[in-house]
Amino acid sequence: MKKLLAAILVILLWNACKFNAADKKTLPILGNKQTATKMVNGQSVTDTIYQTIPAIHYINQYGDSVTNKNLDGNIYVADFFFTTCPSICPIMQRNMLNVYNAFKDSAGFKIVSYTIDPQHDSVPILKKYADKLGISGNTWWLVQGRKDATYTIAKSYLVSVEEKNPAGEYIHDGFFILIDKQKRIRGTYDGTKAEEVGKLIEDIKTLKAEPASEIAK
Amino acid sequence: MKLKIIACIGFLLIILIVSCQSDEQLEFDRYYSAGSIVYQTRCQNCHGAKGEGLQALMPPLTDSVFLKANRALLSCSVKYGLKGKISISKKTFEGQMPPNDLANIEIADVLTYVTNSFGNKMGTITSQQVEVDLRKCR
Repeated sequence: MKKLLAAILVILLWNACKFNAADKKTLPILGNKQTATKMVNGQSVTDTIYQTIPAIHYINQYGDSVTNKNLDGNIYVADFFFTTCPSICPIMQRNMLNVYNAFKDSAGFKIVSYTIDPQHDSVPILKKYADKLGISGNTWWLVQGRKDATYTIAKSYLVSVEEKNPAGEYIHDGFFILIDKQKRIRGTYDGTKAEEVGKLIEDIKTLKAEPASEIAK
Repeated sequence: MKLKIIACIGFLLIILIVSCQSDEQLEFDRYYSAGSIVYQTRCQNCHGAKGEGLQALMPPLTDSVFLKANRALLSCSVKYGLKGKISISKKTFEGQMPPNDLANIEIADVLTYVTNSFGNKMGTITSQQVEVDLRKCR
């Protein structure tokens, strides 16, 4: 009897480890979770509902409108910046350029950079900035919209942005946020650190390879 | 045995040379190493770890010809910032470099670092020189 118990224990342990090994390649789903119970064919089914990015209404550097529809079926990376930012933005852009160069030719991938200073960062200014940054095409969008909307949406990306401090500078953190095709948050990375951005590039590859069945969950 | 003696003498000679580094070299080393710290905290975000700049947004610090030609103006640019169009490495840059609230010695440190890194070789820029140059800022 004792032997049997020991055998079962070993099998259980081994299975637990195996599960972890397989699980390693899946990115976590971040943000708030809720459960919803609904009746399907007379049976109650409980679903986990993950936090998603709400609807957005923005304009990109080409003057085209950008809504959730334009991002449907895309994996994308979001960040917050402004073109006159003297502090952490240049290093964020330098690192984001690595992400851009790694995936600019692959379908279903985008980068969305929200300006937190839409009053200054008009469409022509964003276009000029994009040109100087050396980006073209529709992989990397610099978008502007209503300021209060941007401040609200930043929260749903788990990013903090604040109004100007007494020195007249905007405060924002330098995170890059990885969003999957269901608009769920799958990773946050310090955009000022080259090694974290390297991990982001690896995670994008993992997310791109995520099977459709996993997505259906 | 002979070989050992020769090796010993050679070793002593090397120690002698190292310890007799000229005062000039010592001064340069002091400026340069202090300058690398100032650079990391005040300049690197925009100009990059290798002075490479950022595309057409931030000018690189690798244009030795520009740095030499503007040597006397560098202190003013660091202290009071820069505005307007400049041509560096055959590319035009516009926009604004913010002013930096640095002491003269720190300006000398960082200028010595920049003008002797990234392929530049301009020797020491002393704090006395910075003081003289700053008096002529426009």
